[in-house]
Amino acid sequence: MILEKKSGVLFIAGLVFFGLAFVSNAVVPALMYKKLPEKTAEQLVTVNGNLRYQFEDLARRWPEAFRAAFGEIPPEEGNEREKWLNRACADALRKGRDVYVAEGCWHCHSQFIRPVSNEDKRFGPVSKSDEYQNELQRPVLFGTRRVGPDLIREGGRHSNDWHAVHFFKPVTLSTGSVMPEYPWLFDGSPDKPNKKGLALMTYVQWLGSWLESYPYYQDYQENLVLKLKAEVRR
Amino acid sequence: MSPNELPQHEELVDEKLVISFFLAALGYLFVSMLGGFLMALQLIRHFPFPGVELLSPGRWRMIHTNVVAYGFLANAFLGALHWAVPRLTLRTVLSKRLSWFIFAAWQVVVLSTAIGIMLGQAQALEWGETPVWIDPLALAGLLLVAVNFMAPISRLTGPMYVTLWYFMAAFVWTFLTYAMGNFMPQYFVTGTAAGAVGGLFIHDLVGLFVTPLGWGLMYYFVPIMLKKPIWSHGLSLVGFWGLAFFYPLNGIHHFLYTPIPMFLQYAAIVATIAVELVVTTVLINFFATLKGSMSALVTNMPIRWFYSGMVFYFLTCLQCSFQTTLTFQALIHFTDWVVGHAHMVMFGVFSFWLLGVMTYLFPRLLKTEWASQKMLSWHYWLSLVGITLMSADLIVAGPFQGYSWAQLLPWEVSIELSIPFWAVRLVAGLLMFSGLLVFLTNIGLTWAKSRKLSHVAANV
Repeated sequence: MILEKKSGVLFIAGLVFFGLAFVSNAVVPALMYKKLPEKTAEQLVTVNGNLRYQFEDLARRWPEAFRAAFGEIPPEEGNEREKWLNRACADALRKGRDVYVAEGCWHCHSQFIRPVSNEDKRFGPVSKSDEYQNELQRPVLFGTRRVGPDLIREGGRHSNDWHAVHFFKPVTLSTGSVMPEYPWLFDGSPDKPNKKGLALMTYVQWLGSWLESYPYYQDYQENLVLKLKAEVRR
Repeated sequence: MSPNELPQHEELVDEKLVISFFLAALGYLFVSMLGGFLMALQLIRHFPFPGVELLSPGRWRMIHTNVVAYGFLANAFLGALHWAVPRLTLRTVLSKRLSWFIFAAWQVVVLSTAIGIMLGQAQALEWGETPVWIDPLALAGLLLVAVNFMAPISRLTGPMYVTLWYFMAAFVWTFLTYAMGNFMPQYFVTGTAAGAVGGLFIHDLVGLFVTPLGWGLMYYFVPIMLKKPIWSHGLSLVGFWGLAFFYPLNGIHHFLYTPIPMFLQYAAIVATIAVELVVTTVLINFFATLKGSMSALVTNMPIRWFYSGMVFYFLTCLQCSFQTTLTFQALIHFTDWVVGHAHMVMFGVFSFWLLGVMTYLFPRLLKTEWASQKMLSWHYWLSLVGITLMSADLIVAGPFQGYSWAQLLPWEVSIELSIPFWAVRLVAGLLMFSGLLVFLTNIGLTWAKSRKLSHVAANV
C-alpha cells in the first residue's frame, strides 16, 4: 500500500500535506492582504505628527543625550530640518524595535487588542490588519502572553520622563511590578538615556500613535477596586 | 540472510556518538532549566542579578525556550536516531564522519543561538529567536541530517515499519518548517500574514519536528521492551496519516481573535479538534499493546517514562481541543494557562520519552548496569511530581488572570493574584531541576563504575 511506502510518506505526507497547510494557512492570508501596501519606517514617520512630537520631546528633555545619539538638529526651521528629523525618527523607530525584540519585551507585552474580554474598554480600539502592514511588524510582534499590559495603544499614554524612569527601575513607578530593570539603556541614571533608551522610547510612543483619537487610557472599575480594598481591610 | 550474515550492532551503531549527543542534550537541559529558573525568580520579585545585561530575565526566557528545542530535544533525538535507524534498517548511516561533523556543527549552532540571544541579537519569531545569521547554517545542518539518515532508509524496499514513516516525514517537515518560519515573515510577508506564518511555525515545530520523532521512537522502543508487536497496524496507519493531514492545518489557532480572517481561524479550530480524535486512536493502540504487560509499568523504568508521557500527551491534546475553541480563548489566551499547557507537552511528554530512552540506552552504551536504581526512581518521581504540579498550577492560574483582566480590575491585581501561583511554579521547577541533577549524578556514577569494570577486565 502506498501509505506504507517511501513515496507515499515523503511526497503525500511530507510535501503535499505540508504544502496544503502552507497554502491555506500562510499563502491565503498573504494574498488577501496584498492590496495593503507595506509602509517603510520613513512613510510611517512623515504622516504621524504625534510621533514626531514625541521624538522632538526627547530632544527637548535630554538635549545632550539626544545629540550624542542622533546628532545635531539643524537649527533653522524649514525643509532641511523636517527631512533631518524624519530621517532620525525613522532610524530611532527601527533601532527601538530592535531593542524591543532583543530584550524580549514582546514575550510579556502583546500587541493586539481582541474584540472580546472587554479589551477594547481597557486598551482602546480593536486591532485592524492595516495597522500591521509596515516594516516594523516584520516579523509581526503580536505576542502570545501578557504578564504586563498590551502595548499596541501605549503611545502617548505616558510621558517620556515616565518611560525613562520606568525602564530604569520599573518599581519606582509601578508598585509591585515584576518587570526587569534595564539600566543598560542609560548612562548611569534615568536622566541620561543612551541611544538604545531613546530609540526604545520612540518605538513605544509610536505604538498606536497613528490612530485618529489618541491616546487611549486604561479603563478600569474604580468602584469595584474600592470595594475590594475595603473588604481586604475588613 | 541467516542471522550470522546480518550486520552486527558494532558495525551499525557508533556508541560514542550516541553518548555524546545525549550528554550534550542533558547539558543543554541544565542550561535551559537554569534560564527558566532565572525568569521564575524575576516573576516572584526575587531576581538575584537585577540590572545585569547579560543575565536579563527577558533574554534568558528566550534562551530557555530555544535551548530546550534546539539544544535538548534536537540533540537527544539525534542520539536516539543514531541508535534506532541503523538497527532498524540494518544499514549504517551515510557516513559516520558526517555524523560527527553534524554533532560538532549542531553544537556550534546551539551555542551561537544562546550567545547571540544573550548579546541581544534575537529574531522576532517566537521559539525561533535564533539570530538571523544562524538560520541558514541551522537549515544546512537539518539538510545534512536528512541526507545522512535517508541513505540507509532509501535502500529498503517494500512497505516500511511505522517508525520509519514518522522519521522520514519528520526529516522533510522539519526542514520545510524551519525554512518557512525563519525566512517568510522575516523577508517576504509582513503584518497579519506574518502572524499566520508565525503561528504555523510554532505549531509545526511541535507537531512536525518533535511529535513525529517522538512517536517514531515510541513505535520502535515500546514493542522491543514489551517483547510483542504493536496491537493494531491499522490504527498505526490512522494515527500517522491523521496526524500528517490535520496537524499542519492547526497553526492559526495560536492567534485567534487577531485580524487574521475568521474563516481561517475556524478552519484551524476544527482541525485542532480533529487532531484530538486522531491522538485517541494512537493512545488506544499503545494502551492495548500494554494490556497483559501492566507490571512493566512497575518493573521497567523506561516503559514507565514512556507511558507516563503518553498519559500527558492525551491530557494536553484533550486540553487543546477545549482551549482552541473561541469560548475558551476569550478567557485563557495570553494567560499562564497556555504556559502550563506548553510545559506539559514539552516536558511531560517529549522530555519524558527522551529521558526514558536515555534510561534504557545508557546502561547499554556504557555496558554497565545503572549505578543506582533508587536514583532512577527519584529522577522519575521528582520529574513527575514537578511537571504535574507546574502544569496544574499554571493552568489554574490562567482563568484567575483572564477573569481579572476581563473584569477590568487594575493591572496590578492580576500580578498580585499571580504571585502565589508563580511561587508554586518555582518550587515545581526546582523539583524537576533536582530530578535532572539526580539523573546526571547517576550517569556519572555509572560511568565511573563502567571504567572500574573495564579496568578490572583489562587487568584480568
